[in-house]
Amino acid sequence: MNVFINDEIAALDDGASVADAVRRFTAHTEGVAVAVNGEVVRRAEWATRLAADDRVEILVATAGG
Amino acid sequence: MSDTWRIGPLELESRVLLGTARYPTRAILFDALEASGTQLVTVALRRVRPTGDGEDLYRGLVERGYHLLPNTAGCFTVREAVTTAELAREALGTALVKLEVIADDVTLLPDPEATVRAADQLVQRGFVVLPYTNDDPVTARRLADVGCAAVMPLAAPIGTGLGIRNPHNLELIRALVDVPVIVDAGIGTASDAAIAMELGCDAVLLNTAVARADDPVEMARAMGLAVRAGRAAKRAGRAPRQLMAEASTSMSDVARFAAYESSKEMD
Repeated sequence: MNVFINDEIAALDDGASVADAVRRFTAHTEGVAVAVNGEVVRRAEWATRLAADDRVEILVATAGG
Repeated sequence: MSDTWRIGPLELESRVLLGTARYPTRAILFDALEASGTQLVTVALRRVRPTGDGEDLYRGLVERGYHLLPNTAGCFTVREAVTTAELAREALGTALVKLEVIADDVTLLPDPEATVRAADQLVQRGFVVLPYTNDDPVTARRLADVGCAAVMPLAAPIGTGLGIRNPHNLELIRALVDVPVIVDAGIGTASDAAIAMELGCDAVLLNTAVARADDPVEMARAMGLAVRAGRAAKRAGRAPRQLMAEASTSMSDVARFAAYESSKEMD
């Protein structure tokens, strides 16, 4: 199935979880936050399955003022 | 003499808050943080890049013992700011948030009405809210009233380095709210930071003034010294201003030689 990760189309296995999406970008879990369709998904809920066309945002701390 | 201050759960010795953006290199950033003496540093939350750059920053800051203050930079609406704060709390494990709701991307000035509403919601959600705000005493008081842990009025618009444009407003804000007042944005050089502290502000938040200095590490050191100097001067209590001169050296018992003036030219 296709989902959007940070606005780009990504092909994931059917039934892939939030954690699967995160692992595409980083091996870490600390310092990372995820929103799906505009709602924050807490780390404890990363086993939640994604659905086709979900819009996933994966964010990390970057330089800021 | 101990002179710590509190922001939410944190007890801090340093009154410098330093941003982490715009430094020439990551190594210079870390050296500047150390030179400033800061304990609390701001970060942003952005989309992860495959390079892993953001993760390195997070781990580098945590390993060095800094407390993190995530911002909501770039947010224009209450909803964006609240969602960004929630994501930051989730990512960084801190309830602290530097709330920024800006009105437009030209002036980068805060939207006062949206900032107050977002602050109210974030306080309800258990955040320790440090809002970036205009140097407007009424807005600052409203932010304190909804439960913000500090108020952070600007000295001048973000990145301008124009220094404190309205010192009287900062003094008024300090007099009107019971929470720490942190001057955020517009500081240009060390004397600006010292003046902020002499006005009674509790701390200074900087970024561009350090990061874009010719020598960021030396400027970071200067800012740390200036904030300490300004704070010490405020605590010491300045001597009163007066219109007319008043000799600091005693005028009594001065030896007088006027009687010899006609006998020998000395000028």
